[in-house]
Amino acid sequence: MTRKGRRLAIIGTAGVVLAGALGLALNAMRDTIVFFRSPSEVASTALPPGTRFRLGGLVDAGSVKRGTDQVVEFKVGDGAASVPVRYKGLLPDLFREGQGVVTEGVLSPSGVFVADTVLARHDETYMPREVADALKAQGVWQGGPQQQSATR
Amino acid sequence: MIVEAGHYALALALGLSVLQGVIPFWGARANDPVLMGSAAPAAIGVAGLVGFAFVALLVAYVTSDFTVLNVVENSHSAKPMIYKITGVWGNHEGSMLLWVLILALFGAMVAVSPNLPARLKTNALSVQAAITVAFLVFILFSSNPFTRANPAPAEGNDLNPILQDIGLAIHPPLLYFGYVGFSMTFALAMAALIEGRVDAVWARAARPWVLLAWSFLTLGISMGSYWAYYELGWGGFWFWDPVENASLLPWLAGTALLHSVVVMEKREALKVWTILLAILTFSLSLLGTFLVRSGVLTSVHAFAVDPARGVFILAILAIFIGGSLAIFAWRAPLLRAGGIFAPISREGALILNNLLLASACATVLLGTLYPLALEALTGEKISVGAPYYNLTFLPLVLPLFLVLPFGQALAWKRGDLYAAAQRLAVLLAVAILVALGLVAATSGGPVLAPLAVGLGVFLVLSGGGEIWFRSHARGRPLLASLRRAAGLPRAAWGSALAHAGLGVTIIGIAAQAWSAETIVTARPGTQANVGRYTARLDSMKPRTGPNYTEQVATLTLWRGGQPVGTVESAKRFYPARGMPTTEAGILTRGFDQVYVSVGEIGTDGSVGLRLYDKPLVLLIWIGSLFMAAGGALSLTDRRLRVGVPVRARAAAPLGAAAGKPA
Repeated sequence: MTRKGRRLAIIGTAGVVLAGALGLALNAMRDTIVFFRSPSEVASTALPPGTRFRLGGLVDAGSVKRGTDQVVEFKVGDGAASVPVRYKGLLPDLFREGQGVVTEGVLSPSGVFVADTVLARHDETYMPREVADALKAQGVWQGGPQQQSATR
Repeated sequence: MIVEAGHYALALALGLSVLQGVIPFWGARANDPVLMGSAAPAAIGVAGLVGFAFVALLVAYVTSDFTVLNVVENSHSAKPMIYKITGVWGNHEGSMLLWVLILALFGAMVAVSPNLPARLKTNALSVQAAITVAFLVFILFSSNPFTRANPAPAEGNDLNPILQDIGLAIHPPLLYFGYVGFSMTFALAMAALIEGRVDAVWARAARPWVLLAWSFLTLGISMGSYWAYYELGWGGFWFWDPVENASLLPWLAGTALLHSVVVMEKREALKVWTILLAILTFSLSLLGTFLVRSGVLTSVHAFAVDPARGVFILAILAIFIGGSLAIFAWRAPLLRAGGIFAPISREGALILNNLLLASACATVLLGTLYPLALEALTGEKISVGAPYYNLTFLPLVLPLFLVLPFGQALAWKRGDLYAAAQRLAVLLAVAILVALGLVAATSGGPVLAPLAVGLGVFLVLSGGGEIWFRSHARGRPLLASLRRAAGLPRAAWGSALAHAGLGVTIIGIAAQAWSAETIVTARPGTQANVGRYTARLDSMKPRTGPNYTEQVATLTLWRGGQPVGTVESAKRFYPARGMPTTEAGILTRGFDQVYVSVGEIGTDGSVGLRLYDKPLVLLIWIGSLFMAAGGALSLTDRRLRVGVPVRARAAAPLGAAAGKPA
C-alpha cells in the first residue's frame, strides 16, 4: 500500500470511530440525562407522570414516616412548595429532617415522587450545590459556613 | 517553631524552583554545561525543602498542635495515630502540599536518573520547575497549611470520619503519584519539542516514566474504588461520579500513551500523536485536580468549595494547557514522519487501541463537563449518570477488549490477520464455551454477562498466549519452549500480565450481574435470604471506640444449611463532628463477598439491614493489581535501563540503583 493509501486508511478509520463515538454520545445525551428540579418547579409546571428527574431541597420537618419493609415517605420542600417522596431502601447516614437532600426517581400519576436514589452528602454541613441554589432562589437559605474538608 | 520553618522552607523551595526553571534553560540555549548542570542539584534541593515542609506539617499533626489552623480543622487529640498522620493529606491544603511534594520527588528522580540525554534532562527539569512554581505559588498564596490559629482552641474539629480509614491512608498518595507522574512525561515532551528532537531515544527515555505513572494511577484508582465500595456502604465499586471520572480521564489517556510510546520506541512512528498524548494526559491530570479542588462539581465525594482557589487552578490550567499546545502547534510540523507500516500490523492495532481509548476518554470528558457547560450557559441543572456511560463508554471499550488479543498476535510492520486468528482460535473457542456454559447454567438470568465473562476469559487466556506464541514453535520440545519463555524480555511478561489482569477485572465486573441485594427490617433473631446465603441477625450491641461510639450488628451466615461465618456491621457516631457513619461488614469467601450494611436503628430496637451477595467481586481489584504489577514488571526491563551509554562499570551500580524509578 502506498504511503498515501496508508494514511487514508488510518484517517478513514479514525473518522469512523470518532463519528461513531460522537453519535453514541449525542444519542445517549438525548435519552439519559436527568434534569434537576426544585419542589416549586415541580409544583408550577405540570410534568407528565413517568418523567425521570432529580428532586432536591430540604426534608420537611416532621414529614418523615417510616412504613414496613424499609419503605419511607417524606416531603422535600424549598419553602414555597413541597413534594411527597416515597423511597424503599436504606437512607444515607446524613439524611435528617431539615437537612438538604437530593433524590432521583420518577413522578407517579398520583403526584408522589417515587425515588430510587437518595443522596445526602458525606459532610454534615455540606449543602448540595443544586439545593443551595434552589433554596437561595426561594430566599429560604442564604448560605452557611464554608466547609473546608476535602476528600480525594 | 517547626511550623514557621516549614513555611519558610516552602518559600525557599519557590525561589529555588524559579532558579531551576530559568538558569538551566538559559544554559541549554547558550550551550553552557555549568549552567545546565545546575538543574539536577536544584531539583534535589527543591525536593528536600518541600519534603521538610511536609515533615513540619506532619509533626504538627502528630503532636496535635492546635495553634495551626489546618490541624484544628482536621484533627482531634483522641484520633488514632494512624489517622493523625493520614489526616495530613485528608484536607485541601495538606493534599496540595502532598501533590507538590510528589512533583518535587519526581523532579529529584529525574535529576539522579542516569539514562537521560543531558539536554533532554536539563530542559525537562526546567519545564517541571515551572509546574512546581505554579503550584507552590498556589499553596503559599491561597492554601497555606501553616496558617496559625489565633486564639488557639483546646481541641480540634476532628477529621471527617468517612476519611478515618486505612483506604484513605494509601489511596490519595497512590493517585497523586499517578497524576503527578504524568507531569514528568509532559515535561519530557515539552523538552523534546523545545529541542526539536523527537525520536526513538526520546521514547525510550520517556517510557519508564509513563509506566511508573500509569502503574501508580491504576493502583490509586483501584484502591479508591475499593475504599468507596466498603466505606460508603452502598456496595458499588464505581459510580461514574465526576470525581471518579476525573481520575479515569488521565488513566485512559495515559493508557493510550503507554501504547503509542511503544510504537514510537520500536518504529519511530506516531511521533506527533505521542507528544500530543503526553500533553493531553497531563492536561487531564491538571483538569482532574481542578475539578476536584475547585468545587465546581457536585459529587458524592465531599470537597472544599472555594471559588478563589478554583480561579487560581483554572489559571494554572489555562497557562499550562494553552502554553503547551501553542508550543506543540509551533514545533510539531517540524517533526518528520517515521517508520512505514501496513494497516494490518502491530502498529495498526495499536493505532486502533489509541483511537478507541481516546474516543472513550472523550465521551467520559463530555459526560463530565457537559453538565458544567450547560449550567454555565443556560442555568439548567442536569446530571449525567451511569446510563450515559453504559451507552457510550462500553460500546467503545468492548471492541477494544475484543481486538486486543489479535493486535498482540500481529507482527510489526506487516501482520497476518488470518494467521493471528488461527493461533487464537483455540483460546477463543474456550472462551465461547465458557460463555455458552454460563448461559446454560444460568438460564433465565442476565444474557450479556456470560458474554462479558467469556470476553474476560479470552483476555486472560490470550495474556498467557502472548507468552506462549512467542516462545513455542511447532515441534519444539516443551522444556525448550519454557526456557525460551523465561528468557523473554520482562516487558513482554509485563504486558501479558497487564492484559490478563484486564480480563480478570472484566470477569469480576461482569459477575456483578449475578449479585443479589436484600433489604430487611430486622430484630435479633430475624432471618433473611440474600442470593446463595441466609443471614440471621444475632445481636445488636453498643461498643466504644477511641473517638466514636457504635452499635454493632452481628450476623451469622449460612449457605446450603451450613454456617459459613459471622460478620459485623456497625453504625458509628463520631461526637467531635456529630456525624454518623456506616461500617460495612464483609465476609470474604474465595473471590466472593457477602456485604452487610446497617441502616437506621429504630426506637423499637429494629434495624434496617442491606445485604448483598457479590460473586467474584474481588476479581475487580485483583485484576487491577495485576495490571499495575504488569506495569512494574515492564519497568524492570533491561532495555529501559540501557537507553544511553552508561558510565564506566565502577560508577554503574550506584547510578543504576538510584536511577531505577520504582
